[in-house]
Amino acid sequence: MKARLVELSTLYFLSVMVALVLSAILVEATGGDWWPVVDALLEGSFFGAGRWGQTLGAAAPMLLVALGTIISGRAGLVNIGQEGQLLIGVAFAVYFGFRIGGPGPINVVVLLIFGAIGGAVWAGVAGVLRFRRGVPEVLSTLLLVTVATQVVAYGLKNQWLLLAPEANRGNRNQVSEQLATDNRLPRLHIFGNEIPLGVFIAVGAAVLLGFALSRTIWGFRLRMLGRNPRAAQRAGVSQSGFGLGAMLLSGAFAGLAGAVMLAGGGFQFGNYRLVPGFSASIGWTGLLVALVAREKPAAAIVVALIFGGLRTGSGFVSSTGVEARITDVIQGLLVLALLVPPAVMFVRDRRRARAATMART
Amino acid sequence: MSSLLDALWEIFTSNSTYEGAAVAAGLLLFAASGELIAERAGTINISVEGMLVGGAFTAAVGFDVTGSVVVALVTGALGGMIVAGVQAEMSHRLVADQFVVGLTLNILVVGLAAFLEREIDLETSRASKLVIPLLSDIPLIGTALFGQPWPFYLLYALVPVCWYLLYRTRWGLEVRASGEDPQSADVSGIDVNKRRRQSIYFAGLTSGLGGAYFVFVQIGRFEPTVSGRGFIAIAAVIFGGWTLRGTVAGCVLFAGAVSFRLSVQGFGYDVNSELLQALPFLVTIFGMAIFARRVRPPAALARPFIRGLK
Repeated sequence: MKARLVELSTLYFLSVMVALVLSAILVEATGGDWWPVVDALLEGSFFGAGRWGQTLGAAAPMLLVALGTIISGRAGLVNIGQEGQLLIGVAFAVYFGFRIGGPGPINVVVLLIFGAIGGAVWAGVAGVLRFRRGVPEVLSTLLLVTVATQVVAYGLKNQWLLLAPEANRGNRNQVSEQLATDNRLPRLHIFGNEIPLGVFIAVGAAVLLGFALSRTIWGFRLRMLGRNPRAAQRAGVSQSGFGLGAMLLSGAFAGLAGAVMLAGGGFQFGNYRLVPGFSASIGWTGLLVALVAREKPAAAIVVALIFGGLRTGSGFVSSTGVEARITDVIQGLLVLALLVPPAVMFVRDRRRARAATMART
Repeated sequence: MSSLLDALWEIFTSNSTYEGAAVAAGLLLFAASGELIAERAGTINISVEGMLVGGAFTAAVGFDVTGSVVVALVTGALGGMIVAGVQAEMSHRLVADQFVVGLTLNILVVGLAAFLEREIDLETSRASKLVIPLLSDIPLIGTALFGQPWPFYLLYALVPVCWYLLYRTRWGLEVRASGEDPQSADVSGIDVNKRRRQSIYFAGLTSGLGGAYFVFVQIGRFEPTVSGRGFIAIAAVIFGGWTLRGTVAGCVLFAGAVSFRLSVQGFGYDVNSELLQALPFLVTIFGMAIFARRVRPPAALARPFIRGLK
């Protein structure tokens, strides 16, 4: 067992190194310098003044999205439409948040709840299609992403939906109203870092979910459904009921992530307004986080932090004279690198098992 | 109201609407025909978007170096196949999740192309028009189908080739078997994962050509994005119920909607552009919901095949 662990970590080390060396070669070959880029990335993500808070602020919604993905994944459903669910979540939060109103803290809770509901509704469409009409959820969730983008774009053009009244939007088009100061998620000031409250929500949810998945009957049933739907059905876990529930919950997390971005994202995400391009690919990245973390909540926390760091660090890269898009490349290569070791180990384990049975016979 | 009808009449009788639709449909067809084969083998190849951009980039580089559109098409196809290589080898040799690989490739390739585009200056131009006499004189659709830049005509070969490959060769049968029932295919001696890899390489080839087409026919310059057209191609495959006929119909329909929108806006009418942009996806979703029992995806779509595991 120990040898296997050593082997796995060596593989991880090697493949991450290969990814970094490839990125370095790319930067050097195009006439840039690699080390300043690394410095800028680290400075922008963790070491610079106040950057921790930024990184955590970006990582929190990614983690929430990832948690939702983990739930549906455990139930054997492939939900890849988090980007859309997140957007509809924000739209719900904006629409109902401003209409219901209410004093500060209560309004924040309303925002978060409606965000979750919005995400659940959008995932629910895919869920109902899956369990009533047999449409594969992989396809419907993917297709619904673009529909969601267009729905939100439409909403932002019409005042009876999301668009702010003319007096409140300055000279900008297609923005929603801004959340009032006391309707925002508070930020904690720790060692010069502004840490949005969403971080605690996300980490708390991760801990809770980790517990629920491994230690409760609900988590067990969810896994049973994912591993062997037929056995689950025999044991009284209704595929449509339980699966639909998992789908709704999964979307709710994505929607919640959107609401957290709206109510606590600050300048990073639309400055407390719903604007075009609000989601900033957080839904896609969160999905990647879950898949790279191999659907384990604890691992998702770490992966979300890395991806959050890459995102905030990228803002500092352009100051080195290297095109900031290099961070997309680094991120992509890193993800591919993180995929290789488990896959190689899987193949090796199977080969070994086969060799062992061969030796026995 | 009557002026609106006049405008609509104008749109539906003008050659330019059909030309625009044909050009847009061309790109979708390049991407979707390969995607269809990949999906029939059992992969939802999300990285079409990346393959298109990768192909567009290498095609632009090929043209920049040699000044020849023919070479550009070849390098474009190669670029698409490089992206396909990553997708195929990682998801069907190593058993990595095909969606992670696909999504990552989309980010990676678009990022890489945008990064490299800043570093090197790419000279591109439109491919020359080749007007086919007589046929192009057909009213309305003549110039749309027979008065296009010459790479467009590759489609007249590509679509039949896809049909022949998929439905009339042993290879195509094995590809379809790999997507429907990999276990049985495996038992009867088909290397399922190999067929899946090959079909992804084929998708890379056609999408790479599509990327070149995007540069030399559709927009006439290189841009490091195809703004979601890859996803529309995927939607077209699903809309078409995983048949070649349906896929072609889907591409033409979706491209027609785009062209119609642009024309209507050209006349100063404001149609709900969000609805029209969401239309391909809505139509596909409704189509799947209504015909879900009749139109069935390949049974093993998006399920990795590992021998001995179900």
